[in-house]
Amino acid sequence: MKGGPRHLWEAVADHDRRLGWVMLGPAVVYIVAFIGVPFVLAVLLSFSNATVGNPTIHHFVGLQNFIQVIHQRQFVTGLENSLLVTFVTLALLLVLATIEVELLARPFRFKRLVQTLLILPWAMPVALAAIAWLWLLDSQFSPLDWIFRQIHVLGPGGIFGPAMHFYYLGRTGLALASIIALNVWRMLPLAVIIVLAGRLSIPQELFDQAEIDGAGVFRTLFRITIPALTPVLIVAVLFTGLLVFGDMAIVNLLTSGGPGNSTQVLPYWAFLQGINGGDLGAGAAVALFLLPVLLAVAIFALHFAYRSRED
Amino acid sequence: MAVLEIRNVTKHYGKIHAVDGIDLELEEGELLALLGASGSGKTTLMRMVAGLEQPSSGDILIDGESVVGIPPRHRNVAMVFQSHALYPQMTVRENILFPLKSRKVPKETWQERIDWAVSMLRIDHLLDRRTTRLSGGESQRVALARALVRDPELFLFDEPLSALDAQVRNVARAELRDLQRRTGITTLYVTHDQLEALGLGDRVVVMKDGRIRQVGTPEELYARPADLFVASFIGNPPMNLIERGETIVGVRAEHLVLKDRADFTDAGIDLALRVGQLEFLGSEWLAYGVEEDGDGGRVVVRLPPDLGDNVTLGERYEFVAERRHVKHFDKQSERLVE
Amino acid sequence: MARILRTGSFYLGLLLCSLFAIFPGIWMVISIFKKSSDLYSTGHNPFLYHPGPTLSHAIYLFTQTHFPTFVVNSAIIGGCVVGITVLLAVPAAYALARLTGRWGERSGMVLFLVYLIPPSLLFLPMYQLVTFLGLANTIWGLAIVYPTITVPFCTWLLLGFFRSVPRELDEAAMIDGRSRFGAFLRIVLPLTLPGIAACVVFAFSLQLSDYIYAATFVTSSSAMTISFGVPTELIRGDVFFWQGLMAADAVVSIPLMLAYGLLFDKLVAGFQSAETAAAGG
Repeated sequence: MKGGPRHLWEAVADHDRRLGWVMLGPAVVYIVAFIGVPFVLAVLLSFSNATVGNPTIHHFVGLQNFIQVIHQRQFVTGLENSLLVTFVTLALLLVLATIEVELLARPFRFKRLVQTLLILPWAMPVALAAIAWLWLLDSQFSPLDWIFRQIHVLGPGGIFGPAMHFYYLGRTGLALASIIALNVWRMLPLAVIIVLAGRLSIPQELFDQAEIDGAGVFRTLFRITIPALTPVLIVAVLFTGLLVFGDMAIVNLLTSGGPGNSTQVLPYWAFLQGINGGDLGAGAAVALFLLPVLLAVAIFALHFAYRSRED
Repeated sequence: MAVLEIRNVTKHYGKIHAVDGIDLELEEGELLALLGASGSGKTTLMRMVAGLEQPSSGDILIDGESVVGIPPRHRNVAMVFQSHALYPQMTVRENILFPLKSRKVPKETWQERIDWAVSMLRIDHLLDRRTTRLSGGESQRVALARALVRDPELFLFDEPLSALDAQVRNVARAELRDLQRRTGITTLYVTHDQLEALGLGDRVVVMKDGRIRQVGTPEELYARPADLFVASFIGNPPMNLIERGETIVGVRAEHLVLKDRADFTDAGIDLALRVGQLEFLGSEWLAYGVEEDGDGGRVVVRLPPDLGDNVTLGERYEFVAERRHVKHFDKQSERLVE
Repeated sequence: MARILRTGSFYLGLLLCSLFAIFPGIWMVISIFKKSSDLYSTGHNPFLYHPGPTLSHAIYLFTQTHFPTFVVNSAIIGGCVVGITVLLAVPAAYALARLTGRWGERSGMVLFLVYLIPPSLLFLPMYQLVTFLGLANTIWGLAIVYPTITVPFCTWLLLGFFRSVPRELDEAAMIDGRSRFGAFLRIVLPLTLPGIAACVVFAFSLQLSDYIYAATFVTSSSAMTISFGVPTELIRGDVFFWQGLMAADAVVSIPLMLAYGLLFDKLVAGFQSAETAAAGG
């Protein structure tokens, strides 16, 4: 037996199990170090009184942080809003993505151009998208208000007149609706890509058969397309739902949680507590409330995906 | 000397014994067919010879040297896969070159080797094609050329014909046999199709549940099946098996003749059958009958074309077979009794 | 008649979808070139210029702000993140698809659960970790943290790609004289290049979108990314430099939109093989 690095490499390169660990190892080490360790730290932090000024965890305070945060009004509002925004966004996404995918599954002229236009929201980084919408929904200069005035929805004699502006971000209901609209706008391209992939995998024979059987557009949609798409719709829900639920940039930039903290969401509240407020423990405690919701959604969705796969 | 020696090889996956103690030898230039249903362990055995799996115990020798623990690239073994496994990103020429490049064969000899392999398989017109644009028969020939080009010690074929259409398959089988004869490369051929095994193999190994049930020439397997499994597996229709007390009597359909037409006297079996079904196959008839006073098992008789008209459905006839064609199996051990 | 109705509603649907997607973008592009007096007047059609357009705000963005620095920072970080992601995720996905046996078959689920731990849960301890490593307030801190978002996702995506390549190809290459690793490098990797391209696109876009980590780790302009730097620098309290903000947004999004548009079919194909081979499993 010869020694040397070449020989050592040969002993790895030919050996499935050894090579497996060598190839998997770096990713596992990275994930443990930069996701595993922070995750454990997140739990530890939430039980400590660490602050930005004194970030070491050496004094545990038990459940004090949790008790403190659940008594904050902003926390309760944040939790409610996070769930509301996420669920309404996902519901709208499912409907819109299914429709858009049905349109894109057909061949038509200038398809590439349309696809490029449709992907714009996703090409825009979240923070910049929030700024673009902030200007779009400006209280004084929104072009939407101008359009509504032209069609007599706003202004003297309008349905919502004589007000000249909607003040989209100045009223709780409209501000939440705006946050939802921005989330739908931003996530639709990703959802469409995921669902379209599943739509193109449905065998054409199914549609041919439906046509022979004389099924109409809607019958085909509900009897064939949607059942076949269920697993990918779930994948789309998981991907987009996670990004919506965990995002703080939109609320931060669009409303800063206002008016009067009425549009607060969990991630932004955790950020305000932990970084701006300097209370790492309380911030971590708020952030930890994301976990059970995420887990419940994930388990439900995967369970559902498996079941529809077996059917 | 045997090119390939398999000594008491086993392979376990957890509690499943995929291969359960196999001994086998391949002589120089021989084509050995491994015949068995899926799950019989034949493919696992071949993959161990290739080096794609490691045996749980036992030894595998190629040219007298143990290859256990040696990766596939250090064994001079070529394999043709069921799917042919042509590299889709390469042209036919690049596919055939790949083993030469990979095994660091001297560049000067490449052209000569490719020319030889290409002429053997008559695929010169395909060389610059993409492999995704080949018919089933063409892709098989390319796969064979890729295996042949580096002049291996041993060929391994894993059901290479099963991906082909039935019509192409007969031609491909003949070509394969012809190629193996001309190159004289020792070959292990795995198949679940007995027509392929009997038609191609110098010898055939029948496997079931990870064990060898019989090794022999196609003629031996057909004429003298070692046990009830082989008897019911080989031949179309399979051997008639009739219960007679503690033994089971086996007789081929073509060896049964009408008693009044028999030109022999030492009958080994005498069957009274009521004919329930007749099939005309052109060169012969198949008559399916049930023994009147037996256990109700079906018996198949092969009749010459002129006899079909003389046999009427629903009638009772007596059939006999010559003693030397009648085999006896022990009911308990299921083995052939000599 | 029914046919015309169907075709009509089809194109109407496409038009509405496209309009929804690009309306904020149109308003964004129009705003860039508006003079402030025009921008802040309510009297006339806001989609037209009164008086004519100006380039001064776009020039201001590139000459008087740190925006060029943000672009360079985001490009450097993006390059590092894409590099780290590919180097970690590609071998890991192959190992899980081929080498780790039954344990690897369940890994799709595990990866998914890891991916479900969002930055908003990890940013506080991550702040401590980055501080501990001495990388707070630098672009390297971000470059090392962003792969936490991209690696699990890209490994999951690639797992599907590797599973869609028949095992017999690896085996044929091994028999033809390559090691297991050689078979991966020479045969399987070239076949999964579309998947790797999809991963590069996703990794780049995920890191570019991050806001929370940049907001947590970085305080000085020299280390800010586009996502965090642009709002921080061009929004001063109640003063919004709208034309500059819109210009920064357009400069980033429009090239990306074109790139993603060209890759659209590849991305769909990427998800297609990931879904058929790995969804849930």
